[in-house]
Amino acid sequence: MHAQQISVFLENKAGRLAEVTKVLSQAGVNIRALSLADTSDFGILRLILDKNDTAVEALKNAGFTVRKTQVAAVEVPDRPGGLHDLLEYINGRGINVEYMYAFVAPTKNNALMIFRFDDADAAVSALAEKGFAVIDGETLYTM
Amino acid sequence: MIFNMEFETLPREALEAIQLRRLKAVAERVYATVPFYRKTFDEAGVKPGDIKSLADITKLPFTTKKDLRDNYPFGMFAVPMENVVRIHASSGTTGQPTVVGYTRRDVDTWAELMARSLAAGGATSDDIIHNAYGYGLFTGGLGVHYGAEKLGASVIPISGGNTKRQIIIMRDFKPSILTCTPSYALHLAEAAEEMGVDFESLLFKSGIFGAEPWSENMRHEIEKKLYLSALDIYGISEVIGPGVAMECLEAKNGLHIFEDHFIPEIINPETNETLPPGATGELVFTSLTKEAFPIIRYRTRDITSLSYEPCICGRTMARMKRVQGRTDDMLIIRGVNVFPSQIEAVLMDMDQVEPHYQLVVEREGTLDTLTVLVEVGEKAFSDEIRDLQKLEKEISHNIKETLAVSAKVKLVEPKTIARSEGKAVRVVDKRKL
Repeated sequence: MHAQQISVFLENKAGRLAEVTKVLSQAGVNIRALSLADTSDFGILRLILDKNDTAVEALKNAGFTVRKTQVAAVEVPDRPGGLHDLLEYINGRGINVEYMYAFVAPTKNNALMIFRFDDADAAVSALAEKGFAVIDGETLYTM
Repeated sequence: MIFNMEFETLPREALEAIQLRRLKAVAERVYATVPFYRKTFDEAGVKPGDIKSLADITKLPFTTKKDLRDNYPFGMFAVPMENVVRIHASSGTTGQPTVVGYTRRDVDTWAELMARSLAAGGATSDDIIHNAYGYGLFTGGLGVHYGAEKLGASVIPISGGNTKRQIIIMRDFKPSILTCTPSYALHLAEAAEEMGVDFESLLFKSGIFGAEPWSENMRHEIEKKLYLSALDIYGISEVIGPGVAMECLEAKNGLHIFEDHFIPEIINPETNETLPPGATGELVFTSLTKEAFPIIRYRTRDITSLSYEPCICGRTMARMKRVQGRTDDMLIIRGVNVFPSQIEAVLMDMDQVEPHYQLVVEREGTLDTLTVLVEVGEKAFSDEIRDLQKLEKEISHNIKETLAVSAKVKLVEPKTIARSEGKAVRVVDKRKL
């Protein structure tokens, strides 16, 4: 029930983000969600894409340093306290969130969040146990 | 294999007798034919006849790069132009180029020394040599070329550049010896990987790398990526070109100087005093047999040390350590001497980082700052900021530990540091002094 995230190393200088989107666009890859973490010198672009292998190959050919990471896509109840309940539960199980960001596609009455947990396997089974909907990669990429 | 068994294994005593005879002759000759030497000898109050023993070489004045520039282009030639058959020149990246000339016999001597070098690196007449040193005014390409022919090997005069074509030639011709700069060797490895050509499937036995300083760690990196034995060769155009000294395949521990043609000395670059064997300092060369461009006590600005210990390969010639830096490459950062090769060694000791780096020196107010740019490859990349920041801190910490200088480390994308096809640009000094 894991999903693949593609991370790209970016120097903090003009035009680098556009270079990534250009490469993906030319390879016919659609961006499903993204988050950018940065410092004054460099950034890490994290992407959920519809065609991972095509994207990795295109980005590597364009000279980018790329890495695949396992993340979990989890439906979070769209109401006050929805995310809080999830986080408190995960915390209680001794699992840490390394980072998280929101997925753009709307699903019924829930928000969809991408989580990077320190222990991805434990997190996914704990969430399923509690009844949280974890969306698998194949479904996610085409949502 | 030893190419010239008679000379390369001469007993020390016999070698020194030849050196002394040749030293006396060259001193006489330059005094008689080159006005510059007559002037500097006179100023130093020394006559060629004062050379009675090899130790008397220290009575002779030094020759510097500046002297060669002052006599640009042909002022240091010791024969009329009708006897000069070849002219080479240094690139001139650090100022006016220095020009050197060769008679027919000089070209032949040089070919002999390069043949000795190639043989020391494992080459025989059965080998195909892929010569990726640049052909032209630079001595690398033609120097190796003539030596390869002298040895009877088959030489591919591919020269530098057009890397893709080089990989295709390697794949199709299956050369067994690679000659190029060490940074270009790594560049070839990268390019081959991108083209899906595996060096393991090629037939290289050894690589003979020189023309820029490199490190023991870089040797391991090259050997791992190119599946060959990586050897160090030394030469500068002012002395003759490549083939002044060469590591042997057997020991891979120091470069044998062809002492029947050159006398090496190590001096303290600040006080100019001669240092004993084993001491580290500036390498100084006197040529003994060159006709067109003899040179007396040339200050190479290369930092190394000499060893006269016997070698397992059987050669009796002295060995110089791998060049550790250059007196003019040396950066002084807040009073600390820093050689780019030291930073390289720190990086290569860390598994995660690639040996692609550049040092940027700037001056903020009165304070020098050193920034080390390091490329982030797949091994080092993490999707978490704090891991990368940790890596930056680790590199910076290791530099501080080893060199006692603070450096800011900046991670950059792969291939953003200029890969020259010849010599890598390792230092950008933006200080306006």
